[in-house]
Amino acid sequence: MAEFRDEPLVDTVHKTIIFEDVVMGFEGLPVLGGVSFELKRGETKAVLGVAGAGKSTILKLCLGLIHPDAGRIYVLGHDITTMSEEQLFDLRNHVGMVFQESALFDSLTVRDNVAFRLMEEKLPEQEIESRVREVLRFVELEDAIDKLPSELSGGMRRRVGIARAIITHPEVLLYDSPTGGLDPITSTTIIELIMKQRDVSKTSALLVSHRLQDGFMLASHYYDPQHNRMEPVDGKPLLDVHTSFLILRDGKVIFDGTAHDLGRVQDPYIREYIS
Amino acid sequence: MELISPGEFLKRNVLAVQDYSNLAARALGNVFRHPRYVADFMQQADFIGVGSLPIVALTGMFTGIVLAMNTASTLQRFGTVSLTGQVVSISMVRELGPVLTSLMVAGRNASGMASELGSMKVTEQIDAMRALGTDPSKKLVTPRVLATVFMMFFLTIISDLVGLVGGWLYSFALLGLDTYQYWNTAYQKLTYNDVLTGLIKPLFFGFIISTVGCYYGITTRGGTQGVGRATTQAVVASSVLILAVDVVLTEFLLRFS
Repeated sequence: MAEFRDEPLVDTVHKTIIFEDVVMGFEGLPVLGGVSFELKRGETKAVLGVAGAGKSTILKLCLGLIHPDAGRIYVLGHDITTMSEEQLFDLRNHVGMVFQESALFDSLTVRDNVAFRLMEEKLPEQEIESRVREVLRFVELEDAIDKLPSELSGGMRRRVGIARAIITHPEVLLYDSPTGGLDPITSTTIIELIMKQRDVSKTSALLVSHRLQDGFMLASHYYDPQHNRMEPVDGKPLLDVHTSFLILRDGKVIFDGTAHDLGRVQDPYIREYIS
Repeated sequence: MELISPGEFLKRNVLAVQDYSNLAARALGNVFRHPRYVADFMQQADFIGVGSLPIVALTGMFTGIVLAMNTASTLQRFGTVSLTGQVVSISMVRELGPVLTSLMVAGRNASGMASELGSMKVTEQIDAMRALGTDPSKKLVTPRVLATVFMMFFLTIISDLVGLVGGWLYSFALLGLDTYQYWNTAYQKLTYNDVLTGLIKPLFFGFIISTVGCYYGITTRGGTQGVGRATTQAVVASSVLILAVDVVLTEFLLRFS
């Protein structure tokens, strides 16, 4: 832990993730060809692109689950391309990830899935129970606490995945297609939850999705805690939802900017993609 | 099936051996590193040890009976049927107990480990565990390796004992051998070296079963079909390795007896 925290190499006050010319390939096939971007503290960046553009690879690289062929990746100020697996385990405690298919431990109950990190830290039973209930209340799934993942619907599994990722209050959240394979209503519920996390906890997040509307909804709405629902930003010019877009094409970044910038872009591929 | 060049084939196999060696070394090294998963060890010990007890006992019993049958039939030609207990005990304790127990445990548990870890791998549960800051080699591999090595030792003792009982049942009921004579020769002719040999082997075999099972599980690729393939490969590889290592161990232990 000490090694991970002692010497931040870059600005950790304003930036949580920095990709510098990252190159990555699988079995000789290029997946990322020199990707560079930054994720600011408190910012939510929607990573968009067609299937196979390298979106999920970016998230796995952020956690050090896979290693790039070239380039630098800084997470919370530390160059993870030079860190050992043991050091990465410490770093991962500060980053939460929601997997594409939730990746819940199928032999554990919802309680044990959500409490996994806390049990690993050997926290007292009572504290674990109260924190699990608190976070399940946040995702509105407290009643499912004793259920097994196989007894949950796809949307519920995603919500448990989110609860598991946020229980330790991570500094960065990584969402891998959280709405993939879900019906529109459930997808909206999941996006609303992500928005709630963004606006309540101000956590930085990378959201990978192939659904453009996920990004636009995040960029055009905010969470209203009084009514416990999302509201459009329209008419509130001072309200900044800190959401931007990163569009990938064939492993390269072709757009990195705000929703406003995206609306003005002239690139025919992007215009077709967002139309 | 994909056709690959001999060079590529060799490279893949060398890499596989390297990955397996890394996994086995890490599994052992984790014994000296924190955190230690005692509850997982106990759970695996129960599953591997207590769960394998019926098949190990049955295997030991039938092996003991067949051994007594064959031994008595051969010894009858020389008029020395009374030595049946001795031959059964030495054969069971030195060789058949450890090897057959290991093969049965490999069939049951190497496949179980490969399929369980393989399913976790293809559903990204192992990646999720890493993402949650937990080392899968500490949480999943080391408890399985330690539990298998630990329980193989006791399973072999039980198998040996049940085999001897099987041999006695046959000798007493069908050959009419005296009970005292059977057990006396069975016990008296066993040397410390026989017992030591019979108890060292299962430790190695347990290590092979668990590391091979975990290796194939953790390196599974290709969805449910991949899980099935990993399971089969784990049983085949661990069984062949047990028999191959048995040759080396037997020669080594005989030399130092």
